[in-house]
Amino acid sequence: MLELWNVYGLPLAFMLLHIGAIVGAVLLAVAYYTYAERKVLGAMQRRQGPMTVGPFGLLQPIADGIKLLSKETIIPSQANRAVFVLAPMMLFTLALVAWAVIPIDYKLVLADINVGILYLFAISSMGVYGIIMAGWASNSKYAFLGAMRSSSQMVSYEVSMGLVIVTVLLCTGSLNLTEIIMADRPAWVQVMLFPMLIVFLVSILAECNRAPFDLPEGESEITGGFMVEYSSMTFALFFLGEYANMILMSAMTVVLFLGGWLPPFGIEALAVVPGFVWFVLKTFLIMFFFLWARATFPRYRYDQLMRLGWKIFLPFTLIWVLVVAGSLIAFDALPE
Amino acid sequence: MISAIAFYLFALMTVFAAIMVITAKNPVHSVLFLILAFFNAAGLFVLLGAEFVAMILVIVYVGAVAVLFLFVVMMLDISFSELRQGALQYVPIGLVVGGILLAELIFIFVGWHIAPSAMDNRITPMDQTVQNTEALGRVLYTDYIFAFQVSGLILLVAMIGAIVLTHRRRPGVRRQKIADQNARRPQDVLDIQKVTPGKGI
Repeated sequence: MLELWNVYGLPLAFMLLHIGAIVGAVLLAVAYYTYAERKVLGAMQRRQGPMTVGPFGLLQPIADGIKLLSKETIIPSQANRAVFVLAPMMLFTLALVAWAVIPIDYKLVLADINVGILYLFAISSMGVYGIIMAGWASNSKYAFLGAMRSSSQMVSYEVSMGLVIVTVLLCTGSLNLTEIIMADRPAWVQVMLFPMLIVFLVSILAECNRAPFDLPEGESEITGGFMVEYSSMTFALFFLGEYANMILMSAMTVVLFLGGWLPPFGIEALAVVPGFVWFVLKTFLIMFFFLWARATFPRYRYDQLMRLGWKIFLPFTLIWVLVVAGSLIAFDALPE
Repeated sequence: MISAIAFYLFALMTVFAAIMVITAKNPVHSVLFLILAFFNAAGLFVLLGAEFVAMILVIVYVGAVAVLFLFVVMMLDISFSELRQGALQYVPIGLVVGGILLAELIFIFVGWHIAPSAMDNRITPMDQTVQNTEALGRVLYTDYIFAFQVSGLILLVAMIGAIVLTHRRRPGVRRQKIADQNARRPQDVLDIQKVTPGKGI
């Protein structure tokens, strides 16, 4: 019995604790990301944002959460019940399981699998199902239109995101996220990756359905998009999933381009600060970019969105993959 | 023990989902069960130690192909109950195809079991020392690069062929041409005139 506990029980207990810590941290981050969003948007529009609940409005997310929980869950009578309830759960679960492979510090990762980046990509490409299922199961025109918009947008931008990831992999020579961060990249490779960082940042905006690509939930045209029929807890799950996805995509950008937990610009003196602090700070930077973009750009038109994805990003990233691969071979800088 | 439990879980779910694909009343439910089957098949690949194939299966089939299936099934108003009327007459064909596949699998596995040296006759034996991503890359992009490129070209030709066959140019459609819009200059399209009061232009 003791042996069974030592072989399975103890590791399982540690793993459950680790999972609990990750999920707790992500949920807390999501709650305060909504607060940060309102504060940042307020500051950019010269207002104060939430100020009433708690000091500086700091308890606002908790109040919002309690409000959502205490509301009534409405399931439309024409809806396909099972799929309708399953959709938000799926979106939320997918947004959380992806965190299993994100290395927050050296060796501080739940599952250090050797195809980590593919796992992330696979999980984020499955996110589209939660949305299609929600739109279809609601049995409502607006929800269906929103789901159609969202899924075609996500599928389109995934193509260029995949090519961006391929370019980074060419420079690092591994699919493991820890090795991607630790890979030794010369300065000129960093410069060549910079255009891909821009493409990736725009693509994650589209992938997360965020402004200026938030057509799936364009209030003025299709009211609330795919989640128009959802209320209370089911709506809260969509909301949490969406923000958790944004934080996940920020972390992914940090892993691929900004060197993860390593101190910025390779300054050794800054290594006294623990690695996870750098990881969190860099993630905050990209998360701020999401809010900044929302406050700055007007919403795209649908054909403009598709044009950007298929006619500009796809050819550009394709050519850039070849350029980067060619220069890596020419300068003999291909990783082992 | 854990891997055995995981195997039976994934295998049972795959079989269950596959049965539901052909028995579900609602076509959209069928596609959703198909996705569940793909996903569990990916789990089986992970158990086999082929994590690269598993992830590619999820990215390509679940993330892209099945989305298109779902789109088509949702958009077209197909009455599946009518389609299902004559479905039973195809059962013999299905049984034959399934039987052939099963027989082939049995031949291979029994052959390996009886004569383990048959494994050495494989054209490209797996290098056990490298990860499967690298092993696949070596086989596809180094050893058989030309065959791989040719198959890619054939697919490209098929794709272009499908576009050429189905694309029709509709006359009278007004499209936005951004280059033309950007090329417009005020002097080409504006004419400034002095209008004296009391007279028209």
